[in-house]
Amino acid sequence: MRAYKAKDDVQAKAYYTDRFYVSPQVPKQEVDTDAVFSSDLASISAKFEVKESFIQVGQMVVYINAKDIYGVLELMRDSLEYTQLSEMSAIDWLAKDNTFEIFYQMLSMNKRKRIRIKYFIDNGQAVDSVEKLFRCADWSEREMFDMFGIQANNHPFMKRILMPYDWQGHPLLKTYPLEGDEFASWYEVDKIYGKEARETIGPEIRDTARVDRYDSQRFARLGFEVPKGTNITGNEAKNEQNYQEDGGVFLVSKFDKKTSVIVDDPQR
Amino acid sequence: MAQHKVNYTQDGGLPVALTSIDKIVNWGRSNSLWAMTYGLACCGIEMMAAGASRYDFDRFGTIFRASPRQSDVMIVAGTLTKKHSEFIKRLYDQMTEPKWVISMGSCANTGGMFNTYATVQGVDRVIPVDLYLPGCAPRPETLQYGVMLLQKKIRANSANKSQKPKRLM
Ligand code: SF4
Repeated sequence: MRAYKAKDDVQAKAYYTDRFYVSPQVPKQEVDTDAVFSSDLASISAKFEVKESFIQVGQMVVYINAKDIYGVLELMRDSLEYTQLSEMSAIDWLAKDNTFEIFYQMLSMNKRKRIRIKYFIDNGQAVDSVEKLFRCADWSEREMFDMFGIQANNHPFMKRILMPYDWQGHPLLKTYPLEGDEFASWYEVDKIYGKEARETIGPEIRDTARVDRYDSQRFARLGFEVPKGTNITGNEAKNEQNYQEDGGVFLVSKFDKKTSVIVDDPQR
Repeated sequence: MAQHKVNYTQDGGLPVALTSIDKIVNWGRSNSLWAMTYGLACCGIEMMAAGASRYDFDRFGTIFRASPRQSDVMIVAGTLTKKHSEFIKRLYDQMTEPKWVISMGSCANTGGMFNTYATVQGVDRVIPVDLYLPGCAPRPETLQYGVMLLQKKIRANSANKSQKPKRLM
């Protein structure tokens, strides 16, 4: 059995403390070590404020202000040939300083370069949608809302995309328990049968190794099956399992090993 | 006019004993188990393999149907997510009686390896299940064996007894 951990204030505090472990960073290079990146950075910083920039694993990372995101991506798409938004999402830093880090991974097929645009927002703050620039941001921003609860302004359809519309909570937050909170664990019972069915159906059994040979409601002992709900004494008669009645049934004869042939030609 | 031997005051006026009708109805039911196509995840691939030419479910009379209204057995093959759980209940309710459910694979039995917030921990939390097949994924032979056990179960029950609808609650 798994050791019991108190789960009363699971929504309020993070109990998987090792999930906030920040691994050591790979080394960063100056942007002027790469001619393409430094000219790109010059065009961006001519119009917008750049807070920090460096090259890491061959990709440039640029930190900007949250309000500039639409302008920066528009400039990159229209003037700098970064025509693809390959990915965007958020990183949960709520435990550290109550912020989210939002990243946009840009790809230029012509220049064969990748740039990551990043910025920080406070908890509860909304971001500007870039759906008008890149259609793929439509679903990415919905997923970001679904998983982190970050709203995107000017988005055409700001609804959950993966979880059901009536779901509560945002599962990718680090404070969200992996096995679900109270709402999640009763979701299907509450929705289909109503709250009064909780008693009948019972809580979820999360211990996958749990086997109880005296529980005939949920378990059957192979070869010693009894009807559901019988009290098990341990002296049950052996129950020979057979896929069909001996001698077959009406018009269906039982398979006989002796009169059958084994086909061992693989090309048959 | 010929004298015939049927005594209309006995056996409901029928020249055949009811047990034979019982047997023939159950024989028909158990050998035309039309299965509802319900592949939810990787187990669905094994279910399709069981239906395709090498394992050939058709010779058991098990033909996959695309509509719950034409099917007798629902083979839940795969991971049932919480978002999908209301639809499996709706489809189960649309199947006509008598109906049976085979829960195929660890995911459908207990949630399997998906010990997460989004997976239903066993389809028997939503619909009543007749047969659980262990495995991740069970081989097509296991599914064939399961279907044959279900056929045996059907033949073991009386057909003319008014069947009580199975319900979770
Ligand atoms: S039991 Fe295994 S094979 Fe079947 S759906 Fe689950 S993970 Fe896939």
